[in-house]
Amino acid sequence: MGLLIGSITIGLLLSFLALGVFISFRIYNIADITAEGSLTFGAAVTGTLLIAGTNPILATMAAFAAGFLAGTITGIIHTKFKINSLLAGILVMTALYSINLHVMGKSNLPLMDVKTIITNFENIGIAIFGNSSLIDILGWEVALKDLYVLILSLTLITIIALALFHFFKTEYGTAMRATGNNPQMIRALGVSTETMIIVGIGISNGFIALSGSLLAQYQGFVDVQMGIGMVVWGLASVIIGEALISKFSLGYLIAGAIMGAVLFRLLVAIALRWGINPNDLKLITALFVFIALVLPKIIKKFKTPKYA
Amino acid sequence: MLKLKNINLTFNRGTINEFHALQDINLTIEEGSFVVILGTNGSGKSTLLNTIAGTHNIDKGTIELDKINITKLPEHKRATYIGRVFQNPFSGTAPDMSIAENIAMAAKRGFSRGLAKALRTSAINQYQQKVANLNMNLEDRLDTAIGKLSGGQRQALTLLMATWNKPKILLLDEHTAALDPKTANIVIKLTEKIIRENQITTLMVTHSMQQAVNLGNRIIMMDHGKIVFDKSGEEKKQLKVNDLLNLFDELRRKEQIDQSVSELLQKQYI
Repeated sequence: MGLLIGSITIGLLLSFLALGVFISFRIYNIADITAEGSLTFGAAVTGTLLIAGTNPILATMAAFAAGFLAGTITGIIHTKFKINSLLAGILVMTALYSINLHVMGKSNLPLMDVKTIITNFENIGIAIFGNSSLIDILGWEVALKDLYVLILSLTLITIIALALFHFFKTEYGTAMRATGNNPQMIRALGVSTETMIIVGIGISNGFIALSGSLLAQYQGFVDVQMGIGMVVWGLASVIIGEALISKFSLGYLIAGAIMGAVLFRLLVAIALRWGINPNDLKLITALFVFIALVLPKIIKKFKTPKYA
Repeated sequence: MLKLKNINLTFNRGTINEFHALQDINLTIEEGSFVVILGTNGSGKSTLLNTIAGTHNIDKGTIELDKINITKLPEHKRATYIGRVFQNPFSGTAPDMSIAENIAMAAKRGFSRGLAKALRTSAINQYQQKVANLNMNLEDRLDTAIGKLSGGQRQALTLLMATWNKPKILLLDEHTAALDPKTANIVIKLTEKIIRENQITTLMVTHSMQQAVNLGNRIIMMDHGKIVFDKSGEEKKQLKVNDLLNLFDELRRKEQIDQSVSELLQKQYI
């Protein structure tokens, strides 16, 4: 039961990653690999600030700002210098690796002894619900504070997802969606698609850095390698989400990305429990995303009638 | 009033494919006029429109709109003054977004976009009325994604969107060429009506001689990046489809002479 709650919590924290990938991949049709650097960047910034004694909420918000900055740089390289978006992402990701090491000062930062937003969550839960340390759910003993963290993570992602949904319904947000959907059209209506891409990829990476920050605080350490493979992880979440809801309106897609992130984390936990070699995890994830991207095309091919 | 002075544009400069698309174009378009632009393929008519819209950066010359120099303004800034409908019905609308959302974006052309809700319930009534005027039975389908509509419906909506806020100039780039004749006719009638009712200065590129004769109060013909024929007022009214066809024939003959002369010269000197 503890494992289940832990997996769901990590899934919820990683749903910020899914939202970030959703923005770059689905709104803008850009496979933005900056994410692998900005996830770690967010964690590194938060970790360093926490160790320096910064308020956990501020340190977490700083992660979003750091990711936003990294994303805008990718956006500027892509739009102003006309460099292919994938290459722009690779450049920033590579640069971030060094920057992350500089921010952290070493390749691993333990956060066990500092106050984090997770300990904040536990304290809030204890303040609201009282202080009993263990609870009985269907015959399983569960540490209450783990449950508090789960509930507050869920609350946080719900609030932010709602804010994102409403943002995409504003004048500015609709112009962003149109930029991904038909840049020629929205330019003819007076919108700078370059600005929209820069800000959009910024927001996307802000979310991804936030995810890294929360994940590091939950795990109790920052590792300079923690971003590797995370774009594919995010893609898997988004794709599972789309399969789950099979409806393509904005609200459903956002909710789907979150559900996809949680479900994917659960599937990974089950696979690991089942005895799969952890070293194979990224290979399997990549294969999964490949199949998920190719399968619809193959099905379509079989469905289209052939003419003699 | 739109003033083009000495416009020159070259594509692929310095390469084997160098192409002088616009050559010393001088053109003044009075406010309220409706100019039809004709020309052979590759004559530069669409390029001229795209140049005014800011898609291409010109090599030389200036573009003035109501005495403001817009030569250096990027495409999206010029959109404040310019409404556009493209040849491809898919180009002018965002397919995955609803009719209402598309209109809401068009209604913001020329204004800054903030964090206010894009679709205000108070505006929906106005949307419905204006869409009903298109006579395409779309007024009750404002929530439908535009990608689900036919080319004609999308083109009619693009036209409505381009003129939602009255532009200083409306650019129509063969906007009926991709439609079937019946739909094209409907869209043309709609175009005429909207332009007349709102008194919009318009430049329309077309391949249809019939449209060129029936519409507008000025006609321009382009060939090899130059304006070769320019008639307005009474002279334009007298023009018949046959006159235009003769003109095209003349251009073609000239081109053949050019070719045969160059071949002749080649044989003799190379």
